Amino acid sequence: MSDITKQSLTELVENIKNKKLSSTDVTKAFIDRSEKSEELNTYITNDFTSAIDKAKKFDQKPNLDLKLPGIPMAVKDLFCTKNIKTTAGSKILNNFIPTYESTVTENIWNEGAILLGKLNCDEFAMGSSNETSFFGNVQNPINKNLVPGGSSGGSASAVAGQLTPITIGTDTGGSIRQPASFTGIVGLKPTYGSCSRYGIVAFASSLDQAGPMAQNVKDCALLHEVISSYDPKDSTSIDFKRNHFSKELTNNIKGKKIGIPKEYRVDGMPKEIEDLWQKGIHYIKDCGAETIDISLPNTSYALPTYYIVAPAEASSNLARYDGVKYGFRAKGENLIDMYEKTRSEGFGAEVQRRIMIGTYVLSSGYYDAYYLKAQKVRKLIKNDFDNVYKKVDAILTPSTPSSAFKIGEKTNDPVSMYLNDIFTVPVNLAGLPAISIPAGHDSNGYPLGLQIIGKAFDEQNILNIAYAMEEKINFKNKITDWWIK
Amino acid sequence: MSIDLKTIKHISKLARISVDEQRAEKLAGDLNSIFDFIEKLNELKTDNVEPLTSISETTLKLRSDEVKSKNIRKQIIKNSPQDNEDYFVVPKVIE
Amino acid sequence: MSKKNSEYLINRRDNQYEVVIGLEVHAQVLSESKLFSTSSTKFGAEPNTQVSLVDAAFPGMLPVINEYCVKQAIKTGIGLNAKINKRSVFDRKNYFYADLPQGYQISQFKDPIVGEGKVILDMPKGQKEVGIERLHLEQDAGKSIHDLDPQNTFVDLNRSGVALMEIVSKPDLRSPDEVNAYIKKLRSIMRYLGTCDGNMQEGSLRADVNVSVRPKGSKEFGTRCEIKNVNSIKFMQMAIEYEANRQVDLIEEGKTIDQETRLFDTKKNETRSMRSKEDAHDYRYFPDPDLLPLEVSDKFIEELKNDIPELPDDKKKRFIEEFKLSSYEANILVSDIDTAKYFEEVVTKMGKNKDIKLAVNWITGELFAVLNSKGLEISQSPVSAKNFAILINLIKNGTISGKIAKTVFELMIDGDKDPQKIVEEKGLKQQSDPKALEALIDKIINDNREKAIEYKQGKEKLFGFFVGQAMKASGGKANPQLINEILKKKL
Repeated sequence: MSDITKQSLTELVENIKNKKLSSTDVTKAFIDRSEKSEELNTYITNDFTSAIDKAKKFDQKPNLDLKLPGIPMAVKDLFCTKNIKTTAGSKILNNFIPTYESTVTENIWNEGAILLGKLNCDEFAMGSSNETSFFGNVQNPINKNLVPGGSSGGSASAVAGQLTPITIGTDTGGSIRQPASFTGIVGLKPTYGSCSRYGIVAFASSLDQAGPMAQNVKDCALLHEVISSYDPKDSTSIDFKRNHFSKELTNNIKGKKIGIPKEYRVDGMPKEIEDLWQKGIHYIKDCGAETIDISLPNTSYALPTYYIVAPAEASSNLARYDGVKYGFRAKGENLIDMYEKTRSEGFGAEVQRRIMIGTYVLSSGYYDAYYLKAQKVRKLIKNDFDNVYKKVDAILTPSTPSSAFKIGEKTNDPVSMYLNDIFTVPVNLAGLPAISIPAGHDSNGYPLGLQIIGKAFDEQNILNIAYAMEEKINFKNKITDWWIK
Repeated sequence: MSIDLKTIKHISKLARISVDEQRAEKLAGDLNSIFDFIEKLNELKTDNVEPLTSISETTLKLRSDEVKSKNIRKQIIKNSPQDNEDYFVVPKVIE
Repeated sequence: MSKKNSEYLINRRDNQYEVVIGLEVHAQVLSESKLFSTSSTKFGAEPNTQVSLVDAAFPGMLPVINEYCVKQAIKTGIGLNAKINKRSVFDRKNYFYADLPQGYQISQFKDPIVGEGKVILDMPKGQKEVGIERLHLEQDAGKSIHDLDPQNTFVDLNRSGVALMEIVSKPDLRSPDEVNAYIKKLRSIMRYLGTCDGNMQEGSLRADVNVSVRPKGSKEFGTRCEIKNVNSIKFMQMAIEYEANRQVDLIEEGKTIDQETRLFDTKKNETRSMRSKEDAHDYRYFPDPDLLPLEVSDKFIEELKNDIPELPDDKKKRFIEEFKLSSYEANILVSDIDTAKYFEEVVTKMGKNKDIKLAVNWITGELFAVLNSKGLEISQSPVSAKNFAILINLIKNGTISGKIAKTVFELMIDGDKDPQKIVEEKGLKQQSDPKALEALIDKIINDNREKAIEYKQGKEKLFGFFVGQAMKASGGKANPQLINEILKKKL
């Protein structure tokens, strides 16, 4: 079965359930392809040997009632995995082996999935190109010279390159949707509080959410159904009734009202993106839904707000990496000296930059001008969404202001790098769910994504809209396997 | 507004990250361009806006007062950089 | 220092200075598990055996709040006559230290769980009201041990994450004596409520002391210094005394006082600046994004209010009214909950025909003396309240004399023996049979004819001699009142 890795999750589950494929077949196929794909640099740590053992064990006594029966998958290296090194893409956690499992990955293994390994990402999920990883940048399977986006760059590349049928990433300002868009796959950022943050290395606690990344909308719905759960171990986890997203998935979106926010038509946005958006509006109407022009007046303030809130929380969340309890420690003459050297040598430049921003905006004399101001603007941004959701069921925007850029192109200009997240960041600030689906190509043949933003806890609705559009778009990713030797 | 080297030194002290001259200058440049961009927020009047303290519209759930965590000293100490069976060990603290 | 009008003032040349003190008391909450984790809070465990992944701040670990600790803080607030805030917020206080694994302490900054309140102190001059500014919940830190190794500091995180209540007073205190009374009162209230055991040796109660001085009569506050983490009342008093004098000296020399954090060196009995650390202390408080605002309903608070026991002030009032005790006696009995409990049990066990004054005298006299000499708390008293009550009743109903009672009491101590049995076994029952006593006295008068005559001639002092003889002849068991009566008649 040479084309196992080309199959979607839904197909693989189907084939395992009706015994056309064993878990061992599937696991071996993905391991084989992963081993031939070292050049992509998607894996930080692999667990192939024990993956095969687990697959064999599964096949001996297969439980086919599970949602992910014997399905191998790799996950972003931000999820703590018991007895498997977890680095968050950082030197400071280079040698860290958790003795515990994140709730989200626990949910996945409980449904029968098997861990292949840990995927590369920007250091502590801070980045939009996967170039801040201590373990080197990741190649985009679309083209050797392109970044896969970030921070879940390894995850996006691994799905697009078919090294794993599905994966999970985390999204703080666009870290699932932007790389999904850059690599031509589907990525969902759930409502804040939908997926537990327990056991996920924290970046910015009020924005971080784990979410599924997959080849198609249906796979994404199934994986989301597995990972979303109420967790008493996370005080921000919300106890609400969760759908069987994959079962209830429908392409019937007739009569739905979809908002088109004028503020997302930003200066300097390439015509290709504008065209893609128009195409999206067309598809929406084709599906029998209605589009409505709306206004989210504070959109342009989202990114500056984000670059106060996220670094502020990060500066505090990353204080625990001090060389005392775990991770990298530099030699120091005394405690303070040890701290300063450990953190200076252990964190990369982008992480240090954000810690510095965060420390500054919280420091005495600046709190009101920056942090408090940002929390107020955040309220305004949330109010914008609350207002339009009185009139519409969902919002359609481009996922990113451009297609994937070249490796090294933006590393020296942090602001231009940050601008990548201009369409994704407002969603995190408002705690809403949003999905990015591949919707077309630019003139180079690089994929472009559209984003559908939903109401809080209304993942089913945006999955349905995405599902309906997916059918109309009929997107084909242009993967040439250039990296396979 | 402008972030000078003195400010960079002060923040790096608070953040416990040592920065040499060269790095401090680079950081000052980066931070200034980032803050130029952040200053856009000043266009907005927010005097009467309540700050958002939590994105979830629910309140804190309380857990019952039960001891569930056992003695896991081995696990806790296992990853620590300096070996000791009982304690975390750090270079001498100078008061 | 002048004690005139029992006012605490510092004198230099012709100038008199008043001392202004405010306290930030850190009281460990009595609970089974920690504030945000499920580890045990037991004192004295092996190092790092009560540390969870949350306490040691492992990546991805999150805080989940303990309901009981919230209740304990609210109860304490009620005990301090304070406003309970239905909505409060947890903030992060950011700083680096070896025994602070998260790199921040979860505390409450802008919106504490308890607002303004007050406590009443009984001072020799009369009552004094001390304002409470606020009470908030926060995490305790771990412990750094500096003397196990010459190059290294060892860290024990057992205490890391245990719930603390920080109780901030208004700058209403004016002397070391008032500080002593304030701490004891707080301790007493919390022990009544069962919210803190108040054990200062184990560090359950510690305080940061804010001290400033100002010329007597001035309405403005001077610059204050904060003396960090003092863990006994005696040290607090010594630190205040030293610090106030230091500040007065500076003023007298025309120098200025720097607002700063200081440390009390218990060996040298002086405070010294900790300014070396000062520049690193910009705590960058902000609301903890891992936690949501804490909201409690009126019903939740009401239920806790119904659960509040009688507190020392009310108990004192009741003791005075119900038992006709003096304010002084009542104070002694109510200041510690265990003393009050013991006393009330004695009262109950004494039954109908009780002599409360006698019981109070015996508790504050004999019982306290024994506890003192043995270094015991009243909760560990070798004599149970039940047997104690029986003893008092034996005195009251004339079965034994007060003097014999002391002998009986001493015998009771070993093994909490029943005084009734001791009296019977040792034949210590008081002789109250007038006929037998008359015979005994007749014999004594007969044996001492000359002295009897001298007495009758006016040497009244000899009456005591006859009483003594009679008591001696009865082996101390004769009812002294009867002896008196019979002797008067016979002589």
